[in-house]
Amino acid sequence: MAGGLVFTAVESTKLATAEIFGKTLCELGEKDPTIVALTADLAGSTKIGDFQKKFPDRFINVGIAEQNLYGISAGLAKCGLTPFASSFSVFASMRALDQVHTDICYQNLNVKIIGTHGGTSFGQAGSTHHAIEDFAIIRSLVNMTLICPADGIETGLAVKAAAATKGPFYIRINRGFDQTVYSTDDYDFEVGKAVEMCDGTDITIIACGSCVYQAVQAASILKNDYKISAKVLNMHTIKPIDREAVLKAVKETRRIVTVEDHTVIGGLGSAVAEVVVEGGKACAFRKLGLQDHFSAIGLHEDLMAMYEIDSEGIVKNVLEVMKADFEADEDWGDEV
Amino acid sequence: MSLTKKEWARLEKKANDLRALTLQTTFWAGSGHIGGSFSSIDILTALYYKYLNFDPKNTDDPDRDRCVVSKGHIGIALASMFSDLGLIEKEELKTFNLTGSKLGMHLDSNKVKGLDASTGSLGHGSAMALGMALAARINKKTYKTYLLLGDGECDEGSVWEAAMATANFKASNLITFVDRNHNMIDGNTEDVMALEPFADKWTAFGFDVKVVNGHRFDELCEAIEYAQSAKTKPVCIICDTVKGAGVSYMAGNYKWHYGAIDEAKFNLANEDLANYLKQRLEVAEKEGK
Repeated sequence: MAGGLVFTAVESTKLATAEIFGKTLCELGEKDPTIVALTADLAGSTKIGDFQKKFPDRFINVGIAEQNLYGISAGLAKCGLTPFASSFSVFASMRALDQVHTDICYQNLNVKIIGTHGGTSFGQAGSTHHAIEDFAIIRSLVNMTLICPADGIETGLAVKAAAATKGPFYIRINRGFDQTVYSTDDYDFEVGKAVEMCDGTDITIIACGSCVYQAVQAASILKNDYKISAKVLNMHTIKPIDREAVLKAVKETRRIVTVEDHTVIGGLGSAVAEVVVEGGKACAFRKLGLQDHFSAIGLHEDLMAMYEIDSEGIVKNVLEVMKADFEADEDWGDEV
Repeated sequence: MSLTKKEWARLEKKANDLRALTLQTTFWAGSGHIGGSFSSIDILTALYYKYLNFDPKNTDDPDRDRCVVSKGHIGIALASMFSDLGLIEKEELKTFNLTGSKLGMHLDSNKVKGLDASTGSLGHGSAMALGMALAARINKKTYKTYLLLGDGECDEGSVWEAAMATANFKASNLITFVDRNHNMIDGNTEDVMALEPFADKWTAFGFDVKVVNGHRFDELCEAIEYAQSAKTKPVCIICDTVKGAGVSYMAGNYKWHYGAIDEAKFNLANEDLANYLKQRLEVAEKEGK
């Protein structure tokens, strides 16, 4: 699904991820007259101002009213339009969940929710503006596809894929700039298919969003400093999860660490764990993320370090998991 | 008002048919949301049998009018009416609420052809209806969207988010009805959570408000025709109604929000409905043009 974006890989390093969403939406809006952009007083923050200028008749600002945002989106979708409703992830996933559940998912409507300021990326704004439960909440909704792209390039591809696929989507992106993971959009992006960032035989690190860059960095440190061969999977689609890629990782490495800017309850780690357990094969396993507490105030990079979802934190945890001697322990008597 | 005796009587008979069929369906199901169904049926009759550009044989027509019944718990009345319109087999009404049926208390728009929205969680219909009205503007269509709210659900903040936006966007192609039957599950609206001064609230939110007797077709039709000609300011028609209208033991009693119907109650209600029709036809004959 390569090519066709309005920005280059070089430009993408100069654009905030939400700006890439905004530009992609404009590009889609040129070709597809059904696309409508909606916001709840966050047109500037979610970078859909360009769309507003270009297509004022297809832009709706509902004010600070998220229930209205999704209800109106559902009504538009019922009449054949393709609404892209954007807000901060924390509000997008919780403030009007009943509308997302009933109006959008139950009716299986073609509404695309773009949650910006995902995870702890709005660092200094604190827990009222951090989205650390959105994967868990959104993942449980029937008919919903949940994507957390790794960087700007992947955000562009995810937005295009959402526009091209009928049904409800939730795409979670960060505030501000993301480290670039991809130098080109010429790679195999497919909804529901993990991308192998690097191959490895000792352990698999499964990450999404901004944690993918950190996982790739960690794999490099592990290889160079510790001679540990880590496979890295970019699990950009959390629902539907790529079961095949997870089971392959279990088979090939027998050790998995998941990394997400989210609580460890119900998100990427839980989705992977469900596949692992159902697979029935022994696997050393650890979930990195926020360990069931609210987030602190601080710079995003500092918070990622605090929660051990940066490269150093991943390395530290991988080294611990590498010590797990689960296969040798055949005596279960002392454990029950 | 130009409602002729003949037209008025036609609507009265149709509304009576729908009340009788809803009662029958409730009897088959054993119980149902009959109180709020009976307060809404005259409004639904005026819409679906006189004003809506809605062809049951062509429900996919993108130009047809839309109607969102936000008080989704009257699915039993809607299912009965959709059966009368030929969109649901009458035999299917006998399955209402049964395991595996496509028909339950709150109807699923993906299962009932022609139904514009799945409602049930109260306060959701307003924004969806507004979305449909805004879609008409974007798609350059002239259809109108009709919205039926219950009065109790106006406790929900989402109703007022949408009301504010409807006036803000000058969405006069959306016509709002409130079934003001004065009752909700736990009692009278004014005892549970006061709505009054109700009309003033809608006026303050930017609506042109008409208060009518929701059981008089002359008043309903006049208000609808007035609302259809609105140019910028959206119209809200507050329909003063009676919960369980037409049945002696239900009328005005909040406990009939949801109730069980045995054979004795069924027979009595049928007798009451026959008398109710007779009285109303007399009014139509006397006051119609």
